[in-house]
Order: sequence, then C-alpha cells, then structure tokens
Amino acid sequence: MSAYAFWGAIEVGLVFSLVALAVYLSFRVLRFPDLTVDGSFPLGAAVCATLISMGWDPFAATAMAFLAGALAGALTGWLNVGLRIMDLLAGILVMIALYSINLRIMGRPNVPLIMEPTVFNAFQSEGLDDMLLRPAILLVVVIAAKLLLDAFLRSQMGLAMRATGANPRMARAQGVPTGGVVVIGLALSNALCALGGALFAQSQGGADISMGIGTIVIGLAAVIVGESLFHSRRLVWMTLAVIIGAVLYRFFVALALNADMIGLEAQDLNLITAVLVTIALVVPMLRRRRRS
Amino acid sequence: MSKNNCQWRNWLLGASLALASAATFAQSVAVVSFVEHPALDAMRDGVAEALAEAGYDQNNKDFSWQFQSAQGNNAVAAQIARKFVGDKPDVIVAIATPAAQAVVAATRRIPVVYGAVTDPVGAQLVPSLQASDTNVTGVSDALPIDDQIALIQQLLPQAKRIGVVYNPGEANSVAVLEQLRDKLPEAGMSLVEASAPRTLDVGAAARSLIGRVDAIYTSTDNNVVSAYEALVKEGNEADIPLIAADVDSVKRGAVAALGQKYHEMGKQAGRMAVRILKGESPGDMPSEGGTELELYLNENAAREQGVTLPQALLDQAAVVLR
Repeated sequence: MSAYAFWGAIEVGLVFSLVALAVYLSFRVLRFPDLTVDGSFPLGAAVCATLISMGWDPFAATAMAFLAGALAGALTGWLNVGLRIMDLLAGILVMIALYSINLRIMGRPNVPLIMEPTVFNAFQSEGLDDMLLRPAILLVVVIAAKLLLDAFLRSQMGLAMRATGANPRMARAQGVPTGGVVVIGLALSNALCALGGALFAQSQGGADISMGIGTIVIGLAAVIVGESLFHSRRLVWMTLAVIIGAVLYRFFVALALNADMIGLEAQDLNLITAVLVTIALVVPMLRRRRRS
Repeated sequence: MSKNNCQWRNWLLGASLALASAATFAQSVAVVSFVEHPALDAMRDGVAEALAEAGYDQNNKDFSWQFQSAQGNNAVAAQIARKFVGDKPDVIVAIATPAAQAVVAATRRIPVVYGAVTDPVGAQLVPSLQASDTNVTGVSDALPIDDQIALIQQLLPQAKRIGVVYNPGEANSVAVLEQLRDKLPEAGMSLVEASAPRTLDVGAAARSLIGRVDAIYTSTDNNVVSAYEALVKEGNEADIPLIAADVDSVKRGAVAALGQKYHEMGKQAGRMAVRILKGESPGDMPSEGGTELELYLNENAAREQGVTLPQALLDQAAVVLR
C-alpha cells in the first residue's frame, strides 16, 4: 500500500466516522433503526456543493448542510412520534423522499466541485501536502464532533436520550418527554451524517445523486467493527471505538484493492472487504474465548 | 491485545509495501471504471486493444496494466483514485463521470484520460473541449443530437410526440434530455418525459406514455438499458416504435439505434494514452468525441411495432436484424 492509498483510506475513513457516530447515536443510544442516513449523506453533499457552486463561502455551505441534515432527521422523528409510523418505515420514507429532494436541490444528478473553493483550500499551505492536509483537517473535525457528542450525552438532555433508548417507559415515568427526545436525537444524528456528506463532496470533487447508496451498511459495519475491537460500558470509549471502526473498514477496502497481487480481480472487491470485516469481527471473539 | 494488533497491521502494511515495490515497471497504465456494464466494459477492452497495438501488452516486460472497478460506489471510487495516485502510473484512464471526477480531484500531476463522459466540461474535468493545459484529456461519448432527431424523422415522418424514458439521477441522461427539450420543438415535434429512477420503474414509465406518444426514444441511460425488455413489452403491445441510442438494444427489440461504438471510443482513448506514454503532454491534447456512429435496424421489431423501414435507412444500416 502506498502512502497515498494509506492516507486516502484515513481520509475517507474519517469522513465515514461521522456517519458511524451518527449511526451509533440512532441505533445504539436511541435504539432507533434509522435508515434516513442513506438520504441525509447525499443531502449534505447536495446542499453544500450547490451552495458553493452558487458562490457561497464553503464554511457557510457546510454549516447549511449540517442544518439540512438536522431537518431531515427531525422529519423522520416526527413521522414516527407525531404520525405514529413505524420507526423503520419512517426512515425509509424520508430516505426515498430525499432522493427526489436532492435532485431538486442540485437541479441535476451531479454537481462538481473540482474547480471550486472548498474548506480544505482555506488551509492550503506550501509546507503541507494535500495528501496529509485533508486527513489532518478531518481529524480535527472528527475529534471535535466526538468531544461535543460526548459532552452532549453527559448533559441533562443527553442523559434523557440515553434513558429513552434504554427503557422508554421508565424514562416517561421519570418525566422525560420521550417523543421530543427522539426527534432531537434523530436530528443530531442526521446532521452529523450530512456533515460527513458535505465534507466527502468537498474532498472528492463533487456531489453525486448515487453517493448515498449503502451508507447505512458502511455506518453499521463501522459501529460493529469498533464495538468488537474494544467493548466498554463507557460512552467516551465507544464513540472512539466507532471512529476507529470506520477508519479500519476503509483500510480493509484499501487492502482489498491491493489483492490483485494474489490473483484476485476487480470484481472480487466487495467479497474481499466482507471477508476482512468478518475476520475483524471474529478474531477478538476467538481471543476472548481462548483467554477464558 | 492492542500490541498484537499493531504488529499484525505493521506486518500487513510491510508485506503490501514490499509487494508493491517489487512490481515496478518502466511504464504503466491504470484503468478505473465506475461500474461494470457492457458499454463500459467494451470501452475498457478497447483501451487495452489500442495499447496492445502499440506494443503495450503483457508480453512487454517493461509495461504493466491494472484495472479496478468501483462497483458503483463513490467512496470506493475515491479510494481507487488514491491508490492509483500512490502507484504513480504514467497514465490513468477513468471511465464514466463519477470515476473521472474522483481521479481528477485526487491528482493534478498524473496524466488522466477520461472516457464515456457525456459532458466533461459540466463535470469540471476540463475547462473546455480545447487542449486543457492541465493533466486531463479524454473522449466524450456525447451523441450528436441532430443525427438522433434526423433518424426519428426518417423512420417516422408522421411522428409528432416523442416520449423519452430516463433516469433523472443520471447526469448523462439529463444532459441528453436538456438537448432534446431544445431541439425537438425546432424539428416540429414535442417531448413527453417519463422518469424511471429505478430499473424497476422502466415498465411503468413506458406504460404511462401509451396513447400520449407516437414513438419512444431512449438515450444510453443505464436504468433503461438494463431493463430494456420492459420497454419492448409495452412497445410491442401498444404498437409504439422504440428508438434507442445504443446498438445492443436493437438486438433486444428496438426498431432502430444510431449509436456510438464504445469499443472504438475505447481504442481512441487508448491511443491517447499511448501518445502520453510516448511523451506527449495531456494538456496539449484537445478532448475528442466519438468519430463514427453506426445504425442498427431490427425488421422483426419493426413489424411488431407497426413500422415500415424505409429503403434509404436499410441501405445506410451497418446491421439489419431479421
């Protein structure tokens, strides 16, 4: 693996660690199987790329993408809480609606950013190569997101959210407005995911309508890989674990891309990735079993 | 545990580094395709053929070739782009718009030849179709829309309302649709759109056009091409002639198609890669378009869909299926 492929995997992995944090928040903390992320990831990319191509400041465009994601998440929450639509279905409805909305926002299926300014250009300097600069900026963003999320989950609101996920009836008995908490939790989760989409579009040359497909699968795989590597009851460690899980997943893809040396071909990529992820899931388990 | 894990990872990294450095060739070409699909595969094979004609094949010990497919996933396309940039090939050939964008976003130094991109300027791969003065050049597969409209007029002089089934999520299809919106009224015809965001929707979209159109035209839209049989079923039942833009659809039941030869365009891109391997700069090479179109006709489908093929077209056709 070359240095470019190595840092490329870190870069894409860090972007998807925002998705992993989002999925961790909805699936694990709130215990809400939210499929909206398949739509909110490209939503963030679409809003950000469209605004930048209209001449907006990249930072403002990224912030708008974050807000758009929050709206999408809140919508899923409202469908579930307000209209009593089943959780899975509420997410699916918003996800498919977002496909059309994203097309509307972009006006066409693909908005390029290759020749436009991005948040990464703002930090460009002679001393540091792009190859290292982008992962460095993303690392700062992801760490900041993690610390803020940790702090949020320790706050009164965050504790109410964790209680709602763990035992909604009990939470209601304690006076937690569980409906509102679900809406806020999903808004935050999808805002993070849209932020990931916005940063992905800026680091990879543009937004494309097809870029959301399979986001939820990658996010879940990252969460599970992270959890299997080190399981802790403490939230601070778990949020770190899912970030590492997302980056590791991208390493598996990068390794799979190099598999042609052992006679495997391009079309085998997804299979190799799946095998590597399976190994990552099974090895810690075997080790635990051997120890006990 | 974390220490062991670290060792394991170091070992893997080291092993792959060693393998990568063991395989250094004097010259190399790396090809990435966004998805695997008959037209795109034909393009890739064309690239390989043109390289082989110039002596760049596996018999040449100083040359290496690698191919990766992003399997329709943008994040994988980004990682393939990074891998290629790290491998430092002499030329990267990128097939289909998202793959080309990922590669161009990843490198401003390594020469890039794009292929099967309908609107390279709109995709910001090149500032214009002239010599770009950057590291990027390539072959656009834009179909000259006037030829397509002329075909419809020759085949169906009475047709006034033209239906188009397309995927609103595909950049290439939308580019064609926008041209049709401008050009069809100029030719005295009107456009009726039916969108099919998923392969599954193609049949329903075609059904929605029955009674409202005199013919259905489709571009090289990936959804439509994948589910062309669904379109053929509706066309045959309702006697609506189908006109396609890729010649393979004629074998599957379209009356006619005037299409690009993707294999030829692949060879064109391959020849551009050869010129770069021989020392030319991609910045001095203007983008190219497909040079020749070929007409396919299907007499059986014409009967099914109630069309008589004019002799003039039959004389022009490269292939007439019976």
